[in-house]
Amino acid sequence: MLLTITSLTKTFPGTKALDGVDFDLAAGEVHALLGENGAGKSTLIKCLTGAYERNEGLITLEGQTISPRSTSEAQALGIGTVYQEVNLLPNLTVAQNLTFGNEPRRFGMVDRRAQRRQAEEMLDGYRLDIDVSRDLSAYSVAIRQIIAIARAVALSGKVLILDEPTASLDAREVETLFAVVRRLRKKGLGIVFVSHFLDQVFDLSDRVTVLRNGKKVITERTADLDRVQLIEHMLGRALKDDVVGHAKAHQAGREWPELLKFEGYGRRGHIAPFDLSVGKGEVLGLAGLLGSGRTESAELMFGLAPAHSGAARDADGTLDLSSPRAAIAAGFGFAPEERKEDGIIADLSVRENIALAMQARRGWARPVPRAEQLRLAEDYIEKLDIRTSGPEQPIGDLSGGNQQKVVLARWLAMNPRFLILDEPTRGIDVGAHAEILRLIRQVTAEGMSILVISSELDELIAVADRVIVVRDRHHVAELTGPEITTDTIVRAIAAPDRETAEVPA
Amino acid sequence: MNPRLFPLAATIGIFLLACLICVIQFPYMLSTRVVGNLLTDNAYLGIVAVGMTVVILSGGIDLSVGSVIAFSGVFIAVMLRDTGLHPIIVFALLLVVSTSFGAGMGWLIHALAMPPFIVTLAGMFLARGAAYMLTIDSVPINHVFYDLLDDAYVLMPGKGRLTLIGVVMLLTVAVGMIVTHRTRFGASVFALGGGEAAARLMGVKVGRTTVLIYAFSGLMAGLSGIVFSVYTSSGYPLATVGTELTAIAAVVIGGTLLTGGAGFVFGTLIGVLTMGLIQTYIVFDGSLSSWWTKIIIGLLLLAFILLQKGLLRVTVSKAGA
Repeated sequence: MLLTITSLTKTFPGTKALDGVDFDLAAGEVHALLGENGAGKSTLIKCLTGAYERNEGLITLEGQTISPRSTSEAQALGIGTVYQEVNLLPNLTVAQNLTFGNEPRRFGMVDRRAQRRQAEEMLDGYRLDIDVSRDLSAYSVAIRQIIAIARAVALSGKVLILDEPTASLDAREVETLFAVVRRLRKKGLGIVFVSHFLDQVFDLSDRVTVLRNGKKVITERTADLDRVQLIEHMLGRALKDDVVGHAKAHQAGREWPELLKFEGYGRRGHIAPFDLSVGKGEVLGLAGLLGSGRTESAELMFGLAPAHSGAARDADGTLDLSSPRAAIAAGFGFAPEERKEDGIIADLSVRENIALAMQARRGWARPVPRAEQLRLAEDYIEKLDIRTSGPEQPIGDLSGGNQQKVVLARWLAMNPRFLILDEPTRGIDVGAHAEILRLIRQVTAEGMSILVISSELDELIAVADRVIVVRDRHHVAELTGPEITTDTIVRAIAAPDRETAEVPA
Repeated sequence: MNPRLFPLAATIGIFLLACLICVIQFPYMLSTRVVGNLLTDNAYLGIVAVGMTVVILSGGIDLSVGSVIAFSGVFIAVMLRDTGLHPIIVFALLLVVSTSFGAGMGWLIHALAMPPFIVTLAGMFLARGAAYMLTIDSVPINHVFYDLLDDAYVLMPGKGRLTLIGVVMLLTVAVGMIVTHRTRFGASVFALGGGEAAARLMGVKVGRTTVLIYAFSGLMAGLSGIVFSVYTSSGYPLATVGTELTAIAAVVIGGTLLTGGAGFVFGTLIGVLTMGLIQTYIVFDGSLSSWWTKIIIGLLLLAFILLQKGLLRVTVSKAGA
């Protein structure tokens, strides 16, 4: 094996990002690394490239134990990385980018001609017909990616890590890039390929490793897997029964009085127009892989990205959802996926974080009285069992689960009619996980409608009355009642892509 | 043509147009005397603007340079008055002081991750204050060596004087061009201006480069102070107030992107000369108030900012296509 990782563990305050992960890479192999957000992919890569230092475990390259401390150290060892973006400098020429740090010099000055020659030599074999003396910004993202690969290979030359290199490429560009990767594989490089496009994984990789919640689920030859199995490994059954509790009794044909209706609601480049009706007291689930359009759907409904087409209605007429402010006025709430960045203000106290949305609605001229804030905070700390030393503790000091409860309290205090929860249980320990699911059931019983986005299928099955499946930025299936099982959801997600479906086999 | 060259071409175009307008209105302006004076009068500005170009290319700003020039003049004048040191030794001492001062600011900017604006603003007050500490008066410089420097010029055909300080400015620009466009340090400066994260991934030693950038700017400010003291034969703590802003204006009119990452040192020279030319025009006209200089420089600045914004949009849409 070229590269071997044994029981790698990396912890951050409050979370275990990687928990005893094993991984290996042979020379002349493309090994795909798969997993949802927060599964530990990027942590694993950062441990390899020297951005993070591991807590436990062993990394060996060609039999030698290595512990790179910086990107350049990893590069010198032979591990090169190409990221989705921010690889190179668009304001420099292609030649400058390729030779950066190793510019040929004459009399202490950069020798431009030799620099161009050296750059052309580095690009030799990549079948690019470009002028290396032009600015990098003159070329498309695909060509920039290939140039970045050429630089990484020339500098490192043993292991190449491709971190979502295709995220902003079209199909033809992806093919060009893959041709390059295949040639490099033939030359004997070990390539780690991170992607959430399953087609590309099947197309390119020899083996697949799936991570979930910081643990390795499987490593398998790609040829021995099919899409359904793969998705099951990524999303599938991982929750213990005590988290899920007793599964929801899914009755067929149960009707909810209609609260809201989205018709032809869509935005170019985000999500194709969809129809969706929301019942009063109903729990909707949104299932799909990372990048399928789950979060985009939620952002559209909450006005974070205004819709280009369609309308939202309730019993009284059309709703204005053009901005989060308008959406809040319409009785919507949204707890975003990136809790730490978008959901909480870490330096403010629990009390202030809870009062935030309410204050925003009242406007700055009418502050919520401190006594009322305090009453509200104490009320919810007790009701939701938020573990904190008191309402004045900065929220940043709480554990993930308790932070999430504060975010929920913020919205519950507003008493919205429609609450969107994007990955509400991400990075939360088992106990808090079960409590949040219980809370969802409780508030919907009181008449609130909730949309839950989750990559844990078990979780959706446990709470959702209806599950919408999203794939390739389309709402492709709607499952109700007894149809909601891991199997049906996985099948709906795994159904072949539309392009391939249209082409007769 | 490479879109990166557009702003430089625009700068040169505007300069030539300005020359044309001047010559059509005042044919006497086409003389080596005017050229010689243009170089002499703007020598200190041209030198400090070279340092500013490097700073701005890296995405930073240096507000301290005007004060450093004033401090330099006062430092030289007081040292020559109170000690028996030869001016060359005083110059060397001063350059060490001003370069270390710049390096210190660069270190603070990097080590504390502070915005250059704030750190160099503090430097601006510090240097001005230090100048006042040395003296509050204008101190004349009477030294045989200064007489020698003043008389050092080449008579060009047409009786124009190519002075030593004018030549020093041109040489500084030449050195600045080589440092910026032909060395690894220069490449690192551009890399920082293009994006710190990417620069770091490419292996730029960010801390070292930042210190060097501001040290270079300090060196240029010190050199500019020497030239200014030769030009005025005195040191005055209230001199060159606001020169840092004039230098920034010259850099931007010279076609350098204010947000960093693109530009040319040669453009800065043209920017300085354009501003000098406007001044000369007003002197020739005689009836115009000198605030017209400010108005025209303001308009030019605005035009260049718009040009850069438009250019950015063009390149972005092209890359997106």
